[in-house]
Amino acid sequence: MFDVIIIGAGVSGAACAREISRFNLKTLLLEAAEDVCCGTSKANSAIIHAGYDAKEGSLMAKLNVEGNAMMDDLARDLDIPFRRNGSLVVCIDEGSRGKLNELYERGIKNGVKGMRIIERDELKEMEPDISDDAVAALYAPTAGIVCPFILNIAMAENAYENGVEFKFNTPVENIEKIEGGYRLTSRDGETFDTKVVINAAGVYADKFHNMFSSEKIEIIPRRGDYILMDKEAGGLVSHTIFPLPGPMGKGILVAPTIHGNLFAGPTSIDIEDKEDRATTGDGLNRVIKGAGLYVKNVPIRQAITSFCGNRAHWAGHEFIIGELPEAPGFIDCAAIESPGLTSSPAIGKMVAGIVEGILKPERKENWNGKRKGILDPSTLSVEERNKLIKEHPEYGRVVCRCEGVTEGEIIDAIRRPLGATTMDGLKRRVRAGAGRCQAGFCTPRQMEILSRELSIPMEEVTKRGNGSYIVKGHSKDDI
Amino acid sequence: MISKRSVVIIGGGPAGLAAAQSVKENGVDDVLILERDKELGGILNQCIHNGFGLHTFKEELTGPEYAGRFIEKVKELGIEYKLNTMVLDIAPDKTVTAINDEDGIFMIKADAVILCMGCRERPRGALNIPGTRPSGIFSAGTAQRLVNREGFMPGKKVVILGSGDIGLIMARRMTLEGAEVKAVAELMPYSGGLKRNIVQCLNDFNIPLLLSHTVTDIKGKDRVEAVVISEVKDGKPVPGTEVEYECDTLLLSVGLLPENELSKTAGVELSRITNGPVVNESLETNIPGVFACGNVLHVHDLVDYVSEEAKNAGRHAAQYVLSGNKEAGTKEERTVKITPENGVRYTVPVSVRPDEMDDELTVRFRVGNVYKNIFLSVYLGDERILHRKRPVVAPGEMEQIILKKSDLLARPEVSEVIIRLEED
Repeated sequence: MFDVIIIGAGVSGAACAREISRFNLKTLLLEAAEDVCCGTSKANSAIIHAGYDAKEGSLMAKLNVEGNAMMDDLARDLDIPFRRNGSLVVCIDEGSRGKLNELYERGIKNGVKGMRIIERDELKEMEPDISDDAVAALYAPTAGIVCPFILNIAMAENAYENGVEFKFNTPVENIEKIEGGYRLTSRDGETFDTKVVINAAGVYADKFHNMFSSEKIEIIPRRGDYILMDKEAGGLVSHTIFPLPGPMGKGILVAPTIHGNLFAGPTSIDIEDKEDRATTGDGLNRVIKGAGLYVKNVPIRQAITSFCGNRAHWAGHEFIIGELPEAPGFIDCAAIESPGLTSSPAIGKMVAGIVEGILKPERKENWNGKRKGILDPSTLSVEERNKLIKEHPEYGRVVCRCEGVTEGEIIDAIRRPLGATTMDGLKRRVRAGAGRCQAGFCTPRQMEILSRELSIPMEEVTKRGNGSYIVKGHSKDDI
Repeated sequence: MISKRSVVIIGGGPAGLAAAQSVKENGVDDVLILERDKELGGILNQCIHNGFGLHTFKEELTGPEYAGRFIEKVKELGIEYKLNTMVLDIAPDKTVTAINDEDGIFMIKADAVILCMGCRERPRGALNIPGTRPSGIFSAGTAQRLVNREGFMPGKKVVILGSGDIGLIMARRMTLEGAEVKAVAELMPYSGGLKRNIVQCLNDFNIPLLLSHTVTDIKGKDRVEAVVISEVKDGKPVPGTEVEYECDTLLLSVGLLPENELSKTAGVELSRITNGPVVNESLETNIPGVFACGNVLHVHDLVDYVSEEAKNAGRHAAQYVLSGNKEAGTKEERTVKITPENGVRYTVPVSVRPDEMDDELTVRFRVGNVYKNIFLSVYLGDERILHRKRPVVAPGEMEQIILKKSDLLARPEVSEVIIRLEED
């Protein structure tokens, strides 16, 4: 019997796993997909929010501000890219100025530091391409940008190195109460017994919550479409530019990404099917229109990809975190929509605290919260890089030319703990194929390396597991 | 340590090979080709169909055969090349920084650089095609590499978006390799490819070409299961015209982009229309001693013209080196602008120095639409020197005119050549 089973290897589940790995507990993480970071965590705005949005006194507000404050140390410990680029909520008509002030006041109540309302001239100076209609903005210097994949992956890797077990391709179908805990049954009929369950199942968290809670919830997938632009456009804005928030969320932002691209989105469209991750023409048009309202000259023609993600929205618009009173040992970590990414480190801490209260475990003496990231040779000096290439020639072989990713990095991404097993896994870990040609040139090379490293035939190399094969047999097979 | 070279050629595809040969034949021995792939020849290596070389060799060759002739020549001439070598940066002073697994990162200060990086394919994202994001969506060139070089089938039931030449060629190739090609959809009311390819690759195999159609939705979670194709009017899909095609593969042949990221690091000025460097009659960019040719300059239909252009670029680069790196602008030179007008989208080159030009200069250009029974006119100042009737001109077929040195020298007052289409 496990002490703890976490359902879901998104950013919340991974954060919980890492914090729980501090304890002497037998912990397992079950993930439906083939890799970590495959749901909401892989398709979001990648923003570390300052914390002025969430309602004062809410758990969202508290965890947002706490999570934000934890990010510098976490980024250092986990060796992940993070930058406080600051956010600007821009007001484009005098009539809405009151709302800007409200946001500022709420930020103060939530404990957000360093905010100020700036006027048009200063705003123009900070962001020359801001709309000519802009009148003022709320500037929050503590807001930042992060790589959502790497944050998620790094927390999972670190949890793994500290003893948490991971099992992929294992969607949980059912949970039943058993003596001293719970029995989880996977889609394939495999069972897992545990004392404590953590429900971090993203858009599916309502299913497990409703199995035990008398207060039923419904998680509504709220789709957000995004457009990612070429790195050449990455310098258009340096801060994250938001409109004033509306009833459906924070609106369509324009921001640089941590890797230097330009980014616009998301839409906010409630849908029915949790598996529906299709962008629509209407959605993408809304992104284009929305982005243009606050920033001039957004070069949509330089789009290199578009995608969407489904937020785990709940009508109560509040994180649901805690042990269910009617089901001791069943801990919800549900309805984690924005600012979920920002809050994740604080969510992990809070959930681990609840686990500690239930199981009263001992802390590990040898817990190591540090993780070494995949070596990015471009951060080295020429001398260091040449030394590396001499010892490991694979760092001299550029595979993904657009992002300058070498075979050495790809091999590291595959061989490391919880390593990549798919093309998308490589993309999230080392950005192979994430550049302007979108893997047009390097697909065959990446496949070859995956095939070699994983000892699988080319036909079994997939984009993201399951039936997402890339080639189907050999030429002339059917003739 | 920084080594020195007379001429460094960035890219060992058809442009780089022909340029290198020409540099050498024009008297400069110290030339080096840097190629990122594991072999010379570039994209030609995956173009196993025939039709190459009709102009250059007066015979029909396959891509690898055509490349092979140039590769042999390069070897015969003892031209140095480095494979698996990726250029990371070209500085404005022509210092080239590159990386490979033998030399590590190394720098070469070149007297002249010839840009021969070719082009890349526009990805799905550039078109903002909505839908899911399963596997099974390939740019046509990626699929071509998988099939022709690696021997793998990307899929069995195929829809192709875009009727550029690679899309057309791949429609035939996929059919020959045992796949079913259901349709080729083209956004424009005309194909972007060569007429001969439409006949030989689609018509001969009864593959429907849907003009004024585009893909408006992609379905399938893990792998493509279907695409939706709609009619297009005034550039927009027409609601109610959607037809779903069951397929496992979508190939995109939706445009080629000259790959000029390195040119930008060198400070080379680019054309907003071709996305390639702005060059004069010597195929020299705004940076003296930096030349460009082939698809990095502008996307060609025929490799024969790439070779011809590259030969010229190589010759001019050699002359530049032999003349002691004469900086442009040291003497007041007469420069004549070449202006595209009225249906002509761009020209290469964009200017000509009559004193520097050869006796004849080929000016290549494309038109912006399909025009029938139209006149192609060339003006030197106000004087029309060419008025040629053309039954049909199309964006998919590159056009050319010849400018004569004697014509320009005879008219010292002329500062502009205008190339335009005229009704009569």
